[in-house]
Amino acid sequence: MTTTAPPRPRNRPLHTIANPRKSLTLTLVTALFALYCLLPLVWLVINATKTQPDFVTTPGLAPGHSFALLDNIGQVFTYNGGIFVRWLLNTLLYVVVGASVSTALAALGGYSLAKLRFTGKRAFLFVVLGSISVPGIALAIPQFLLFAQLGLTNTPWAVLLPSFLNPFGLYLMWVFAAEAVPGGLLEAAEIDGAGPFRTFWRIGVPLLGPATVTVLLFSVVSIWNNYFLPLIMLKDPAWYPLTIGINQWNKLASTAGNGELLQNLVITSSLLTIVPLILAFVSLQRYWQSGLALGAVKG
Amino acid sequence: MSATVRAPQVPPAAAEDLPAPRRRRRRGRQVGWAFVAPFGALFAVVFLVPIGYAAYLSLFQDRLVGGRTFAGLGNYAKLMGDELFWDGAGRVVLFTAVQVPVMLTLAMALALALDSRRLRGERTLRVSIFLPYAVPAIVATLMWGFMLGIRYGLVRDLNDWLGWSLNPFQPGTTLISIGVMVTWAFTGYNMLIFYSVLRAVPHELYEAAAIDGAGQWRVIQAIKLPAMRGALVVTVIFSIIGTFQIFNEPQILPSLVANSGITTHYTPNLYAYHLAFTGSQQGYAAALALVMAAFTIAIAYAVQIRGMKRALDQ
Repeated sequence: MTTTAPPRPRNRPLHTIANPRKSLTLTLVTALFALYCLLPLVWLVINATKTQPDFVTTPGLAPGHSFALLDNIGQVFTYNGGIFVRWLLNTLLYVVVGASVSTALAALGGYSLAKLRFTGKRAFLFVVLGSISVPGIALAIPQFLLFAQLGLTNTPWAVLLPSFLNPFGLYLMWVFAAEAVPGGLLEAAEIDGAGPFRTFWRIGVPLLGPATVTVLLFSVVSIWNNYFLPLIMLKDPAWYPLTIGINQWNKLASTAGNGELLQNLVITSSLLTIVPLILAFVSLQRYWQSGLALGAVKG
Repeated sequence: MSATVRAPQVPPAAAEDLPAPRRRRRRGRQVGWAFVAPFGALFAVVFLVPIGYAAYLSLFQDRLVGGRTFAGLGNYAKLMGDELFWDGAGRVVLFTAVQVPVMLTLAMALALALDSRRLRGERTLRVSIFLPYAVPAIVATLMWGFMLGIRYGLVRDLNDWLGWSLNPFQPGTTLISIGVMVTWAFTGYNMLIFYSVLRAVPHELYEAAAIDGAGQWRVIQAIKLPAMRGALVVTVIFSIIGTFQIFNEPQILPSLVANSGITTHYTPNLYAYHLAFTGSQQGYAAALALVMAAFTIAIAYAVQIRGMKRALDQ
């Protein structure tokens, strides 16, 4: 086993254009920014382990005198007759129903706009894409005024109906379908006698898979994190999602001149609210990236 | 051979007259609408009708005595002379003019750093920087409000140790603190857009540049920055839309920090919210919401047209 070329030292990787020498300075500068991004989350985790008195008296980034995380979680779930569980279930309802319906509608519409011919298509696209630049909050107030007139406010529909509409999702689906679904395949299916819905279901849907996951994820996050819409639409705490519930506790916590401080509940419930999303982000990041890339490159 | 290619000498117009494909195409037209109909119906109910209804309401004024009366364009005229509205609008424009360039410059610099392949732990850094995007505004505002606050937060600790008397939430500094929060939340999102664009640059370009003897800076100048131009237009538009409607932070902060200088008209959206929900001036609030929407769209289109012109000049 003799080799003619001299063996490369094992610890020295070959530096190429694709794999240049690592830079410590650049790494440190970037890490500094990452620290800014992580610091509040670290602060949140540390302070979710403190009792209410420790939260007030100990330094922010130092641990408390006792480890009270489990105790805090227990309090969050039982405070005020377990209303937090109700808020969590409400959020799940809004997220699951809202994200599924909005993604399905976006997929149907995007596929149709990219692959089927019909009159008025350009006008439809123009109006819908134009609506993307209408600020969500500027739209929410008119929605509230109308829904109040229709008696829909203070019901789950007031939060669900607006969340079904996802023009940006439709745009992503349209761009993706135009590239990922070959027209020839659809023609072949048609010649074989498949109806348009069957063709969509058997050929379109599987090919749209990656875009579907992306749009679904975007919807889940925007509905989970939605604040303004439920804030104006809902009065009854029984229909609150987590974001509005936490804010209500926060108001209680800060206006408790009468003695009841519950900042430990505010902080622990905040942590519980973000954990599922952070897990989803970290485990599904390649879908985020492909979706963002699609939106930006084509935009 | 060429005869077989030319054989179907049917002109296109004649082909259209053949019955079978025509019928199929006709049916296709209806089916296309069937696919978009659910979206279209929803779009009407949740977008077109509310905007129309708001436009209608904006023509009426609500008075304590006399109830709702028709006012024509009175609400719009009143808005144009409303100092409280202009105070908030000016603040939002100032905020946008400073925060958006800072955030997008940071985002592009970070994307270039991550794309350079010269970082250790690149994946971890990338995820860490993107993570704040997953945090709801309410939680972000609570965390930063506590951390920057002088009662419980890290600023209190700093003041204790160093004998300083920093207060990030004074009337003069609150807007900067909000800028710190918004930059925290959205830099990673924008960074990832730029990063995705950079990853899509064909590798051969870099090889060609290396053969031509181009250094790193030259590659950034000649390949990477132009590659990010389209994404920059998109991120500028979305950032402007975002900062113009700033609401969550100034709405939540007053319950966390005292004397922060946040008024009920701190931003136009906060003002509209207070008008509609505590002031019961729905018509006026509707007019304000529509004016802000029109203003935002106008700016978004201006940026888009400018960006397109630049791209065409290239």
